Amino acid sequence: MTRKVVITGLGATTPIGGDVPTMWKNALKGVSGARTLEDEWVAKYELPVHFAARCTTPALEVLSRVEAKRMDPSTQFGVIAAREAWADSGITEIDHDRLAVAFATGIGGVWTLLDAWDTLKEKGPRRVLPMTVPMLMPNGVAAAVSLDLGARAGAHTPVSACASGTEALHLGLDLIRSGKADVVMCGGAEAAIHPMPLAAFASMQALSRRNDDPQGASRPYDLGRDGFVMGEGAGALVLEAEEHALARGARIYGELAGTSVTADAYHITAPDPQGLGATRALKAAMFDGRIQAEDVVHVNAHATSTPVGDKPEYTALRAALGNHIDNVAVSATKSQMGHLLGASGAVEAVLTVLAVYERKAPVTINLENQDPEIPLDVVTSARDLPAGDIVALSNSFGFGGHNAVIAVRSV
Amino acid sequence: MASNEEILAGLAEIVNEETGLAPEAVELDKSFTEDLDIDSISMMTIVVNAEEKFGVRIPDEEVKNLKTVGDAVSFIAGAQA
Repeated sequence: MTRKVVITGLGATTPIGGDVPTMWKNALKGVSGARTLEDEWVAKYELPVHFAARCTTPALEVLSRVEAKRMDPSTQFGVIAAREAWADSGITEIDHDRLAVAFATGIGGVWTLLDAWDTLKEKGPRRVLPMTVPMLMPNGVAAAVSLDLGARAGAHTPVSACASGTEALHLGLDLIRSGKADVVMCGGAEAAIHPMPLAAFASMQALSRRNDDPQGASRPYDLGRDGFVMGEGAGALVLEAEEHALARGARIYGELAGTSVTADAYHITAPDPQGLGATRALKAAMFDGRIQAEDVVHVNAHATSTPVGDKPEYTALRAALGNHIDNVAVSATKSQMGHLLGASGAVEAVLTVLAVYERKAPVTINLENQDPEIPLDVVTSARDLPAGDIVALSNSFGFGGHNAVIAVRSV
Repeated sequence: MASNEEILAGLAEIVNEETGLAPEAVELDKSFTEDLDIDSISMMTIVVNAEEKFGVRIPDEEVKNLKTVGDAVSFIAGAQA
């Protein structure tokens, strides 16, 4: 008998809200977190993209100065989200040897790395701080969360570009099912609104250039889409073995019923135009959760708003769900908060869990002329989801051909 | 040239910046590790910041001899002389 895994705590810090209640309220309203960047480096380096979606609540408003000093900005966001999720779970007593962490990032400590490089060039090796290595390492966020919670059953960092956050949930589910842990703090964190990653993503033509209209720039499924909007932040979810949650009378948001990870083995960045890897991931997650297409009422799509990315996901959804996809309410929440890279899957998982728990699908903004080649039922104003047993899916895909899917079932 | 009092005050400021400890807790007879709970990574950061503030060089092999705040103040005062 497979152990059932439930979600009992949620946390987030994002461009549309510095905590879960604020983010959820805005996600149902439909707001944009994108803003013109006022930083001097935009002009200094003549960046082709002048905007991004920053977190609404600066980390230093939540963490103490001394705490923040030892963390890369990505880790700061991760710790903030994890603390909210932990408090939300209501767990007060736990066997710390049975508590694990699976906290992802796509890029990790890029601010720390590049600041240290600048320091080396300008001031020499003596001024490169001794905390540089633990701050720049990609496992820094998982390690900091583990330290913060006293999680001793392992601290893991799945890294699969923009699929990382979703892959963390895949790993967390496995850790509980296989009996290695009873509770796992899962999540993803990213803080890459720095001129170098902006230049690099722009160089590969991945970012929107709608500099005169930042709030209209992230427009998944719209004919005018021209790339994604760089976001930042973190999402965190407490996964718990069902018997563990029931024994303490926990509030249960939903069941993490199934997950999957596949690889395209097609191209280093381009999605397989047929969406074959994504289709296999969707089918595998549904098989894993014993889910029929008809059970699915909602999808939080990956939908980054790039010209080439949105369509193969649609192809995959139709291949995996058949014509039932016409009855599924699809939300593209990157329209609101931009693309949080390695954190996106975790934040979208929080939204997917809330959609199932609150029975409401969040809003896709900026959809004015829907691409006729993507005839999905896109949620453009908050919509109620049906009563009864329901399932929602969340997709994430990453450069490298990574596909990850989670399925959340109502309880 | 800073007086010992000025060095102590400057050092206390650096320790506060790095660890959040109140500057008045940084007293001459306090041990960095035993009393102030400063780990080796913070110690190195404090050393580098002190070098910049006081315009001195504190060799890595010397750092292990700086057990108390007083040791550091004396070393810095000597290095400035």
